Amino acid sequence: MSIDETTAARVAKLARIKVEPDALPALAQEFNNILGFIEQLNEVDVEGVEPMTSVTPQVLKRRDDVVRDGGQQAKILANAPDAREGFFAVPKVVE
Amino acid sequence: MADLNKLGLADARDALRKGDVSSVELTNACLSAIEGAGALNAFVHHTADLAADQAKAADARIKAGDAPAMCGLPIGIKDLFCTKGVPSQAGSRILQGFLPEYESTVSQNLFDAGAVMLGKLNMDEFAMGSSNETSVYGNAVNPWRRAGDDAQLTPGGSSGGSAAAVAADLCLAATGTDTGGSIRQPAAFTGTVGIKPTYGRCSRWGVVAFASSLDQAGPMTKTVRDAAIMLGAMAGYDAKDSTSADLAVPDFEAALTGDIRGKKIGIPREYRMDGMPEEIEKLWQDGIAMMRDAGAEIVDISLPHTKYALPAYYVIAPAEASSNLARYDGVRYGHRATLDQGDGITEMYEKTRAEGFGPEVQRRVMVGTYVLSAGFYDAYYNRARKVRTLIKKDFEDAFAAGVDSILTPATPSAAFGLGEMTDADPVAMYLNDVFTVTVNLAGLPGIALPTGTSTTGLPLGLQLIGRPWEEADLLSTAYALEKAAGFVAKPDKWW
Repeated sequence: MSIDETTAARVAKLARIKVEPDALPALAQEFNNILGFIEQLNEVDVEGVEPMTSVTPQVLKRRDDVVRDGGQQAKILANAPDAREGFFAVPKVVE
Repeated sequence: MADLNKLGLADARDALRKGDVSSVELTNACLSAIEGAGALNAFVHHTADLAADQAKAADARIKAGDAPAMCGLPIGIKDLFCTKGVPSQAGSRILQGFLPEYESTVSQNLFDAGAVMLGKLNMDEFAMGSSNETSVYGNAVNPWRRAGDDAQLTPGGSSGGSAAAVAADLCLAATGTDTGGSIRQPAAFTGTVGIKPTYGRCSRWGVVAFASSLDQAGPMTKTVRDAAIMLGAMAGYDAKDSTSADLAVPDFEAALTGDIRGKKIGIPREYRMDGMPEEIEKLWQDGIAMMRDAGAEIVDISLPHTKYALPAYYVIAPAEASSNLARYDGVRYGHRATLDQGDGITEMYEKTRAEGFGPEVQRRVMVGTYVLSAGFYDAYYNRARKVRTLIKKDFEDAFAAGVDSILTPATPSAAFGLGEMTDADPVAMYLNDVFTVTVNLAGLPGIALPTGTSTTGLPLGLQLIGRPWEEADLLSTAYALEKAAGFVAKPDKWW
């Protein structure tokens, strides 16, 4: 398994991180080093083994279906880079 | 009393209760020490005014006869914990200016127990790193130096600021967090004690998430007794964290008998790595002899999947990180990039994240994105989760065979030089966690404590791994090892 520049660019796009084209070869190389390290996992016989979902066996607690929290608009917007009229403001989303 | 900042939690608590000292005096001693320790770059946000108020309130509580476990004790808080109205950046540019409107459960528990917060501590960005060098604040510096050498050393990571601050007596203790070794490796590099409790023992609510199935908070202290005191104050069930365990928190300090006669201590043969420095092997053998002399039974055990822990970790942790860090999008908090004419929301996301995340965080988010992407999910992510099941089973088998705790080295080396690993492959840095990462994957409690020194005069630590939820027994075993090792060295003050 080897990652080329096109794949590196696709992953960066999926991760929503802007990577300049001239940085792609080095990025692809780093991915390959890390994935090469991860490839060791192929040596392990995992036939019939359940993938772990929770490290401590526990049943998630249920709670009453009631509102416990809310009415905190000002606090929620307090850290927004751009908040207007009680909303988060973002650049244009649709044409 | 002189040098109040040099006290540990237990000694300071006893002095406070006897009325020999006030919390205001303790706190001022720490604030002066912090002021004179800028060169260590351990404290990155200072909260002297808050500390003064909390100290006064603690003194009043003590006077009124109400002195809970941490009452009046000045500590530092890792920057990963959200603290109300106080910058909480997780060492990242992307959270610049973020002022939480709420308090993390762990810091709230500590404040309820009377603790005084001196400020926020340096760390690797989003806790991703083993040397504190990925921090937006620049690296913290280890107060220890090699004998006859001025080279600056790493305090380890990611809780490097916490370790440096405790080792340099800038605070009595500090909080840390540990996803793959981020409490235990820095503790080992600085001659301090750090425990990562069982997954679920401390609430993760309000702790900036890195890899949610692995992250746990824990104390970093000067002694095992102090770790017992502080863990008791941090731990406990929290309805706000669905993975928090609804179990009573025992009195860890009361359980410190140090009597390990008849205890079975496992020595895993797979931890004897190729190329392990001789001084680490000797440290381990010395530790084994100390446990035996204290009456423990030493047994060889096998944890056959150890070798695969790091590769599994470097699938699972980046996968969870890529999901957790998706929230940093320039919309709700933190940094937003300046946009060019015509940029839409996708450009905003991409530019914001490119500017806000450092190289190691970007690398891990993208690796995580890749292993979760269509076509690779089974080959990487599911396979890693299956290997994780096997790693946990290795430990379960050892405990089922009667082993009470497991003794291993904490790190493969003493603290290394800052900048030494800059040009190395990222994988070389990942190897720092080779002895600690298994414990996170299996959700177990692990403690690192100093038991010896390197040939260059640096502290070295051993790790004890315990059964799930048996931190009390683990701490008592560590207490026995601490007494036997008698490590009391402190770094010479150069800063």
